[in-house]
Amino acid sequence: MSEEKTYVEDINRTIYDVIDDDSDAFKLEEGLSEDIVLQISKEKDDPDWMRDFRLKCLKIYNELEIPNWGPGVDGLDMDHIYTYVRPNAKMSNTWDDVPEEIKNTFERLGIPQAERTSLAGVGAQYDSELVYHNMQKQVEDQGVVYCDFESAIKGEYSEMIRERFMKLLPPTDHKYNALHGAVWSGGSFVYVPKGVKVSVPLQSYFRLNAKGAGQFEHTLIIVEEGASLHFIEGCSAPKYNVANLHSGSVELFVAKNAKLRYSTIESWSKNMYNLNSKRALVEEGGRMEWVSGSFGSHVSYLYPSTILKGDNSSMEYTGIAFANTGQNLDTGMKVMHLGKNTSSVVSTKSISKGGGINTTRTSVQVMPDAQGAKSIVSCESLMLDSLSKSDTIPVMDIRTDDADVGHEATIGSISDEAVFYMMSRGLSEEDARALIVSGFADNVSRELPMEYAAEMNNLIKLEMKGTIG
Amino acid sequence: MSQEILNIEKLCVSIGEKEILKGLDLKIGEGETHVIMGPNGAGKSTLGNTLMGKEEYEVTSGKVTFLGEDLLEMGTDERAKKGLFMTFQNPIEVPGVRVSEFIRNSCEALGNKMSLWNFKETALEQMKVLNMDPSYLDRELNLGFSGGEKKKAEIFQLLMLKPRLAILDETDSGLDVDAVRTVSEGVRVYHERVGGSLIIITHSTKILESLDVDRVHVICDGRVVAEGDRKLVDEINANGFEKYIKA
Repeated sequence: MSEEKTYVEDINRTIYDVIDDDSDAFKLEEGLSEDIVLQISKEKDDPDWMRDFRLKCLKIYNELEIPNWGPGVDGLDMDHIYTYVRPNAKMSNTWDDVPEEIKNTFERLGIPQAERTSLAGVGAQYDSELVYHNMQKQVEDQGVVYCDFESAIKGEYSEMIRERFMKLLPPTDHKYNALHGAVWSGGSFVYVPKGVKVSVPLQSYFRLNAKGAGQFEHTLIIVEEGASLHFIEGCSAPKYNVANLHSGSVELFVAKNAKLRYSTIESWSKNMYNLNSKRALVEEGGRMEWVSGSFGSHVSYLYPSTILKGDNSSMEYTGIAFANTGQNLDTGMKVMHLGKNTSSVVSTKSISKGGGINTTRTSVQVMPDAQGAKSIVSCESLMLDSLSKSDTIPVMDIRTDDADVGHEATIGSISDEAVFYMMSRGLSEEDARALIVSGFADNVSRELPMEYAAEMNNLIKLEMKGTIG
Repeated sequence: MSQEILNIEKLCVSIGEKEILKGLDLKIGEGETHVIMGPNGAGKSTLGNTLMGKEEYEVTSGKVTFLGEDLLEMGTDERAKKGLFMTFQNPIEVPGVRVSEFIRNSCEALGNKMSLWNFKETALEQMKVLNMDPSYLDRELNLGFSGGEKKKAEIFQLLMLKPRLAILDETDSGLDVDAVRTVSEGVRVYHERVGGSLIIITHSTKILESLDVDRVHVICDGRVVAEGDRKLVDEINANGFEKYIKA
């Protein structure tokens, strides 16, 4: 057998790693101060309540401690993060009006192509601002609203937003929520009226190009009674040798008997601190589905959470995280059962390679009134070598005796037998391993639309390149 | 003898400290069907695994030439690309990898890239030979397959990958009469359509019923101890291996 060792330090991420010149972008000075927050507020022409909210968040930010229970964030120095970088482009609803260089970036990422073939609407954010937003006419005619957050906050839905903005994710929750509240910029607002079923997904893509910058987009989705929506979020950035920060907020409101699926494929570059917060509130009979693929970032803190408030509401979480060399991914999910007969089904998978660290935290809370609640959590880890690390930390807090709660965790490695079997059919060792890992991720890719499943498989192949032979 | 495809000379193989093959010689010609018989522990499966390049099987001396090249210098995947194939007695289960995905990848690795449509058409045609349900294609590789299903899936791959030389390692063991007949038919079709050579390692004769056998080799204690034509199979069936086992 050949003993070729092809260990490489970093994989080829050509399509993600192209850096655009940002010399003509407008940047506020780096760091975080009241003055900077006020400048952002002025740039965005905030309503007064928002300006005051930003300042309140800044105060909370300064009072809160950095979380001391997860991966270290020592490499992240807020004094050297540009919180606001406005690309030299106005938002447009036709790609022709998007500046060439920025358009090319999204072309490489396949966004306009996907829009043509498989999406009902697309929003594309570049650094701190959206540069493109468009939705198919027939979806618009159904009364669906999908627009950039800044327009939304001043438009017809301003009251609806004001009532909900950072109510699910209050700035007091943790330091980075407070940071988000102070400097947020960009993101999308989606409103699906009662009974409207959007059959084709909407997608927002977040691209962070500027070196040393932070991206703080806010996504707020309201799916009204009996309506349904699939929303896809994609993110990427080129790699720099300084820290970049992503601290987005996603607040999801799923009304009675409504259904929302929120899918994420994240391939941030490996200098990114991804300190992201997502939370959904589900009313009676509503259903929340999360599909999550985390491949990038240097450090991630990511635990989408779901509050099953209404009786008979349900959630399903299917997620995978791939930690390669230099990555410390702290991921998982939280669910809180408040209503009766609520149910949650959770499947997390993690893959660790080349010294990468995965920590999977799951938290299931069943409150006293949630009789008849059901929850099943399964955590599977795949270790590709002995350098890597994988931890599973389940928490269960059950406050009623009428609940059915289960948890299982497994850890495994790729068997030599399986590799030999595949190689005996002509696959190279690297391809055999990649195929086995794709198989491990199969339940996630099956939940994604075809194009995204293909992208995820490509990401897995990229990460599997240079596997020690 | 037709053009030589495989030539094994004085092959010695050990697993750990234990020597299993002790100077084995074997020649296979293009398109020929050879049967290898022998008592348990004689080294039959070791021969297959060594030819396929399994890691634990250490070749201590001897030579193997496959299509004029030194087989032992090649990695397992290179051997497959060169046209060597082996069925596994108990192929491993690989969760999440679909049968179709695996075989399509294999075909591509062996230089036969097919469109999805083309692949499906070809696959369904071969599956018909083996009475396999089309739903096989979407199942996870060997996962939860019955013994018979596993063996059929291996022969299905034989038909799809069209190797120059196939080693069938006890493909008929543990199968009922009907399943053996189906597997045997698959092997016959392979031989007829592809014209490849076969090394059939077996305990029973049922699989051989519909096949033309060119040569039979009896292996005992790591060596070929007897060779002959098809009649040797009948003789062993009647008398067992006793007379070949050294006291």
